[in-house]
Amino acid sequence: MTDITSTSPAQSSSRPSTYKGEGLKNGAIQALLWLNAVIMLYPLFVMVMSSFKSNAEIFSSPLALPQGLNFANLEKVWSETNFLQYMGNSLLVTTASVALILVVSTMAAYAIARYEFRHSGLWLMFFLSGMTVPLKLAIIPLFLQLNALNLLNTYAGLILVYTAMGIPSAVFIMTGFLRALPKELEESARIDGANELVIMWQVMLPLARPAMVIVAIQNAVPIWNDFFFPLILITSDSLKTLPQGLTVFMGEFVTDWGVLFTGLTLAALPITLLYILLSRQFIAGLTQGAIK
Amino acid sequence: MTAERRRNSSPLSRRSLWIAFLLAPAAVIMMTFVVWPLMSALQLSFFRFEGLTPGDFVWFENFNKVLFQSPFREATYNALWHNIVVFFALMVLENGLALLIAYALLKELPGHRVHQVIVFLPVVLSAVIVAFLWKLLLHPLFGVVNAALGLFGIMGPAWLGSEPTALGSIVFANVWHWMGFPTLVLLAGMQRISREVLEAARLDGAGDWTILTKIVWPLIAPSVTIVTVLTFIGSFNWFELPLMMADMEGSPGRSTDVLALYFYRTAFGSVTSGIQDFGQGSALAVLMFLFVGAVTVVALKYLRSREIEI
Repeated sequence: MTDITSTSPAQSSSRPSTYKGEGLKNGAIQALLWLNAVIMLYPLFVMVMSSFKSNAEIFSSPLALPQGLNFANLEKVWSETNFLQYMGNSLLVTTASVALILVVSTMAAYAIARYEFRHSGLWLMFFLSGMTVPLKLAIIPLFLQLNALNLLNTYAGLILVYTAMGIPSAVFIMTGFLRALPKELEESARIDGANELVIMWQVMLPLARPAMVIVAIQNAVPIWNDFFFPLILITSDSLKTLPQGLTVFMGEFVTDWGVLFTGLTLAALPITLLYILLSRQFIAGLTQGAIK
Repeated sequence: MTAERRRNSSPLSRRSLWIAFLLAPAAVIMMTFVVWPLMSALQLSFFRFEGLTPGDFVWFENFNKVLFQSPFREATYNALWHNIVVFFALMVLENGLALLIAYALLKELPGHRVHQVIVFLPVVLSAVIVAFLWKLLLHPLFGVVNAALGLFGIMGPAWLGSEPTALGSIVFANVWHWMGFPTLVLLAGMQRISREVLEAARLDGAGDWTILTKIVWPLIAPSVTIVTVLTFIGSFNWFELPLMMADMEGSPGRSTDVLALYFYRTAFGSVTSGIQDFGQGSALAVLMFLFVGAVTVVALKYLRSREIEI
């Protein structure tokens, strides 16, 4: 590491001793970064710590660490709320939506990318045009449409809306990726007598996995976190997703801050853990579209 | 190519069927849940509504109401003004800080990857979690923020409960939630600048401030364009944070009211009035769409013109 970097001029700016005063300046920059890290993490630290505190502890000494590992709040969330139900609903809706987005978008993108047919350019335009429209502003006609189809207050309605929102950028990413795959593989499989379905499923799509991961994360995070569509399309408590359920929860336990912090901690936990494990993919997936 | 043609020329309809089968599901879902609702959005704004069913065709009555008639007019402009304030506040605070952090990360000092992961962490959380967390932290009596200020002998205000600080407090929560996003977008822009350019400037004795303002800033213009446009669109979609940190009415005293809240109250009924008006709501949605669309197009034209090819 040291030998290579010291001989490479491109890297030398990162070496503290190269320029006069650079060490001091880098120290200041490190201080700025750590200050920022504290501001980003401290609120989350308070949230987690408070979930182990009793109400009396939270109200009398909000800054102090918990007196011990107290799981009373967790028990209360477990036994007195529909928290698990909300989380299960979120899991179901997110998984189904992402799966559906991947299946239908990959199919459409495959047709556009790998076959020559009349108006294929127009089809691509049709799908891409959906990328620029804010579907939230069409919520009234969407609400009426779902009402007419008897899909209000159902998992299916929510899943189909999320799928429709996810298709445009998924088709965009998948088409770009599938177009770049070499034609030779497909050709040789065809000469071997494989039919189109086999070529797609066994030859081409396994190669498209990296793009599918990007599409999955890009859609899963906003769907998992979404509050707006369930707010309008779901009314039964048993169908509510986690963000929406959290608002119910916050209303019921207004004065029980220990329970509130526990609820927030539990809600943040799954996605935070996944993010820490897959931070590279998360960042790539979520900033995709704004970068390049 | 010849093999493909030979195989497909005889059962041509079979090939077309296969392509149609591939395209159909996505197309049907898009038609039903995006294209049709968007097309009818404009149409609905010309009707007077009785509950969920459109009644009389009333031309521009809904538009006239929300733009020119009291009390709707005042509410519209009040909310619009707050969206504009939020946009400029986020441009300065969120994106300004993001620029600094991105430049600090560009140095690739030890630990820079950890800092990238940390700054982006709140971005993956739901706005609902962020809103409620900050609402508790900003509580005037039991919140951590005022407890910390108390250590310095400062009596913190009722952040969300008083008009001068409410909107600013929600903007702050938004900065905390989203800052990682512009940071990493701007960082990606900076990383595309060739190292030699920065190195040459440094050898010529240019300081960090000069490099950031005179070299990096013009060269990351494409990233700045994207960040600006996304911030603008985001500011006009602002909904979850004010709804949950304040309430549906934009309390206290409408000081946190924004267009999306006002739209939601109008279309789906507020707590106080309970009246829902899809006609007027649709008119608001169409106006918001036109406003955001028009400004975005003009802004893009201007912002693109200052981009230089790297």
